[in-house]
Amino acid sequence: MEITVNGTPLSARVPARRLLSDFLRHDLRLTGTHVGCEHGVCGACTILLEGKPVRGCLIFAVSVTGSAVTTVEGLVNNDGSLGIVQRAFHESHGLQCGFCTPGFITTIHAFLKENPHPTEEEAREAIAGNLCRCTGYQNIIKSVMRAAELIDSGVRDDH
Amino acid sequence: MKPSRFHYVRPRSIPEAVMALQRHNSKVLSGGQSLTPLLSMRLASPDVLVDINGLTELSGIELRGSDLWIGAIARHQEVLTHDLVKTHVPLIQQALAYVAHPVIRNRGTSVGSIAHADPAGELTAVAALLGARIHASGQQGPREILAADFFVGPLESSLEHGELVTGVSFPVLDATWGSSCAEVARRHGDYALAGVCALVRVLDGLIVAARISIFSVAGTPLVIDVMDVHEDPEKLNLKVQALIDPDTDIHATSDYRRQLVKTLVVQALTEARVHAELRQS
Repeated sequence: MEITVNGTPLSARVPARRLLSDFLRHDLRLTGTHVGCEHGVCGACTILLEGKPVRGCLIFAVSVTGSAVTTVEGLVNNDGSLGIVQRAFHESHGLQCGFCTPGFITTIHAFLKENPHPTEEEAREAIAGNLCRCTGYQNIIKSVMRAAELIDSGVRDDH
Repeated sequence: MKPSRFHYVRPRSIPEAVMALQRHNSKVLSGGQSLTPLLSMRLASPDVLVDINGLTELSGIELRGSDLWIGAIARHQEVLTHDLVKTHVPLIQQALAYVAHPVIRNRGTSVGSIAHADPAGELTAVAALLGARIHASGQQGPREILAADFFVGPLESSLEHGELVTGVSFPVLDATWGSSCAEVARRHGDYALAGVCALVRVLDGLIVAARISIFSVAGTPLVIDVMDVHEDPEKLNLKVQALIDPDTDIHATSDYRRQLVKTLVVQALTEARVHAELRQS
């Protein structure tokens, strides 16, 4: 299969049953994408497929040959500094154990592209498909609102 | 939680897909949002998986005569935001708003969820209520199956082995028709404990047709003509309750589901009438 991951085109030979989440973690060693429930409920494995958030565990790697995938690693700025959503999570204490965080970052990144000025209600709806067992979500909502603020203030984000 | 081994086929045409499906224990992969968990949990172990995501001729959403056609690989999210769907069969979008989460809708397909025949599926109920036609291609060529004949049990359709669902056509509803979808789930996006789609026709301020489709309470969606009882909530409830026999499970008791249906039927019919008036104004 041919695939572009975080801007790098590559080709790979994988078994048909390899899930995209496992392909990223095991074959490419990009362990930022986390695997929680492995049946589409928890959202930890959410990655961007052609810019749209999808569950990595509900797609076979071979099925997306020819596509571009972005993982949480790919949302870091080119100079290695945190991207806007990552920075907002850091500043607003949007994480505790961090297991669910990669899925939230990718989901929110795509959401803010479509809706850069969300209400709190819209922010809540946007993350409804991701589970977090630590934060109680309050600081994650704050992180979404903070990221929107950072976008408005023209903070650098390469993605 | 890994799928068992299977042979993967990525056909370049419908005939190629149909040919691949003739093999023993084959299964179609479109969005895969329902199928992949079944494979991972090994509730299903097909020998051959036929991936139709490359068949771009099946991605369309278009008017064909008096029908709205949705192709087999059109994603939920695309259907949910498509102007033709909004104008001609708004019930599809009313129901899709309840289907899973946006992230799942980015990959899952509307036609796939009908082909999957999940009794908790909102679109299954929509297809049954509207009398949609499911288009299938097999070795004998294409055929159309009425939704009423398509759904035969939970996750079971009248599709023959080796047939591929290529799309579904929904009858277009002019502005005299109003519709609604109402359901109750533990969390938004979860499977409904019970749900109701309603369709009414309003002419000169009077309801001249009314029917509902109840889902998540039986193995297949249950379509009931309620024209004779829609004005009297008591008679309406008596008619509906006599036709359902919901199961008790970990999520809800049978009695609770009956109570939900009673409330949702009235809610959906009321909303459908308002919707018709809105479309006419």
